[in-house]
Amino acid sequence: METNQRLTDDHFPENPEKATLDGKNKFLGFWLFLGGETVLFATLFAVYIGLRDNHMDGPSAKELFQLPTVFLATMLLLTSSLTSVYAVLALKQNKVKSMIGWFLVTLLLGLGFLGLEVYEFIEYVHEGHTFTKSAFSSSFYTLVGFHGGHVLFGCLWLVTLLLRNWNRGITLTNAPKYYLFALYWHFVDVVWVFIFTVVYLMGKVG
Amino acid sequence: MSTLASHSKKSGLMDWLTTVDHKKIGILYLVAGGLFFIIGGIEAMFMRIQLFKPENDFVSADMFNQLLTMHGTTMIFFAAMPLIFAFMNAVVPLQIGARDVAFPFVNALGFWLFFFGGVMLNASWLLGGAPDAGWTGYAPLSTTSLGSGVDFYVLGLQISGAGTLIGGINFLVTIINMRAPGMSFMRMPLFTWTSFVTSGLILFAFPPLTIGLFMLMFERVFDANFFNPDNGGNILIWEHIFWIFGHPEVYILILPSFGAISEVVSTFSKKRLFGYSAMVFATVLIGFLGFMVWVHHMFTAGLGPIANSIFAVATMAIAVPTGVKIFNWLFTMWGGKIVFSTAMLWAVGFIPTFVMGGVTGVMLAIPSADYQFHDSYFVVAHFHYVIVGGVVLGLFAGLYYWYPRMFNRVLNETLGKIHFWTFFIGFHLTFFPQHFLGLMGMPRRVFTYLSGQDLDDLNLISTVGALLMAVGTIVLFINVIISTSKKYAPSEDPWNGRTLEWAIPFPTPEYNFAQTPLVRGLDPFWLEKMAGNKKMTPAEPVGDIHMPNGSILPLFMSIGLFVAAFGAIYKSILVGVIGLAITFLCMFLRSVIDDHGYHIHKKEVEEDMKEGRS
Repeated sequence: METNQRLTDDHFPENPEKATLDGKNKFLGFWLFLGGETVLFATLFAVYIGLRDNHMDGPSAKELFQLPTVFLATMLLLTSSLTSVYAVLALKQNKVKSMIGWFLVTLLLGLGFLGLEVYEFIEYVHEGHTFTKSAFSSSFYTLVGFHGGHVLFGCLWLVTLLLRNWNRGITLTNAPKYYLFALYWHFVDVVWVFIFTVVYLMGKVG
Repeated sequence: MSTLASHSKKSGLMDWLTTVDHKKIGILYLVAGGLFFIIGGIEAMFMRIQLFKPENDFVSADMFNQLLTMHGTTMIFFAAMPLIFAFMNAVVPLQIGARDVAFPFVNALGFWLFFFGGVMLNASWLLGGAPDAGWTGYAPLSTTSLGSGVDFYVLGLQISGAGTLIGGINFLVTIINMRAPGMSFMRMPLFTWTSFVTSGLILFAFPPLTIGLFMLMFERVFDANFFNPDNGGNILIWEHIFWIFGHPEVYILILPSFGAISEVVSTFSKKRLFGYSAMVFATVLIGFLGFMVWVHHMFTAGLGPIANSIFAVATMAIAVPTGVKIFNWLFTMWGGKIVFSTAMLWAVGFIPTFVMGGVTGVMLAIPSADYQFHDSYFVVAHFHYVIVGGVVLGLFAGLYYWYPRMFNRVLNETLGKIHFWTFFIGFHLTFFPQHFLGLMGMPRRVFTYLSGQDLDDLNLISTVGALLMAVGTIVLFINVIISTSKKYAPSEDPWNGRTLEWAIPFPTPEYNFAQTPLVRGLDPFWLEKMAGNKKMTPAEPVGDIHMPNGSILPLFMSIGLFVAAFGAIYKSILVGVIGLAITFLCMFLRSVIDDHGYHIHKKEVEEDMKEGRS
């Protein structure tokens, strides 16, 4: 069978994302990649934790952070993780329209998160929390910015994926691609949970 | 199958620029790594010429700093790493009975990223001076170094590091998912095992380097404050991050060499490897412990006696699995029918040399003693004993051993032995005296020394040794050139091999195995030969073989990053954007263009088999 043929309900494999060797390889390779990404973010967290109290004459974390905005951003991103789960569930049931719909909601939530983050950063800069201000500000923008960059990359990835496969249904070629995107999105979400805790909550009370 | 077979063969240069075949990528890695090995070697020769007599003025102090930085960086990242990837590419898929790696496209991308990273670093020589902060790039030396040398270091390593990381992931997936039927983990040849563990180390060790380099770049380009104490930064952070990467890196380098040595010792002793499962366990244990010892590079940084003691004990613990390996190689030779081919000579030379490097390693692991050794030539001697005496001797053993498989030629044995003896004697002559120079107080990384301190003679001996190593390397190149003659075509199964890479004819067919082999135990080809079979028992009938298409995109993706790096160095947003645009456009094209590869028809395969080509 051709791997780029639209799958029908009669011949729909249980796990379309792992039904070919190529899919299996991508699945495993991506998990490993996320392992590497975990170390990458762990390093950034370690640096941030080491430097977060050194705000010099700039604002401290306690003075700076506005939890309501951050909470809203967190809710947007957590919800987007949920909608990407719905999209993957639809994928596994060969419900193309529903899958695309849920991915579009995911995309919108992701963009909303990015918008809030940009707004937040602009506010901070106005309050004197610039990238070059102190070790705290440098490590803050690097950690949170790396995460934001990951969200942005994810959005671009999803747009490309949806446009390319808009009319092609679910195939053995694109099923792993959708699935990997969802994995990536969850990972980015999990990283945010840690950022919310370590950077913002601990910044407020720690 | 509707994808048609008829695939147009690309000619010469285009073929090499677009190839995704692991065998060709292996050759590309070998050639590029060899080129950087020569460059790094020339830098070393310049340093040794400068040091052959006291108060020499062959190069200036500033130039010496650049030479030592470039020598270290080039040799680690652009000579040793690619040479290891060369053998991993050339050998691992064959040893596990696979037709290619899991991600052939990514494999090509990994090579081109490494290559342009190396070109980037070396371009600094022509563009205002090379980096001069040491290969370790310690802050604040690296953050305050004038000129753009360190920027080239940062971006060159960043680009090649990305290539290494994806290469590591590729080999992990290949080894986990693509093994032939019957090739269980505990039947994998030791070179495959060590490549597997090395790939795992790459996966977890390179991301910290990536972050460290990003921070260094932000510090230099955007005035960040990670390592700037005036603004709350901390220079120790760089040291920690660098060595959290840097120590696993030395195991990334040495493990595949251990693997090559294991294959060579076993083949040329005509015995199966002694203590195979202990060897596997030792490899995994070394990989695991390799992550827990980075502070032994920082004993004098003042982390306190408790931290130092813990890391000292962890460091000494690594001597145990390493010792297991040494004894297993000796026991493999014990009672074997040893053939002292050139490859075997390198392997046998490796064992005592590496043990000496290991012994000085344990000496350096004692914090109180390390305060004395630190930053002296004793350290230089130690790490050259493990990296040249360990990694490079192992790579040479692998080169002579796998050369027929890679190039369809056997290297000349006489020249090979001349190469071995000149290089081996030259090596010990160069580095053995450096132990004593260090103990007598000669600091490393200093461009000259005064006479009357008893340093003159040993330095002279060291320089003579370095010349001898250069002679050995030239002999190797003569050997390579001579071997292009048809006279050196390999006979069938030239070493009486034991593992799957020797079960196929020369030259290796582009699809490796016409039929995936059935693996019935450790040393599968040997088992078949002992059972009276000339070939492996196939695990599948002859059929169409699926092959990936070549692609020029990996090359252009890497060129894009190369261009963008210049934008970052010269602070030109336009150039940076153009470079990134090229890379992202290539990624976009890769994503939207469906490329399902092609098939080699059953008929073609059958014809190859009939004529003994596969």
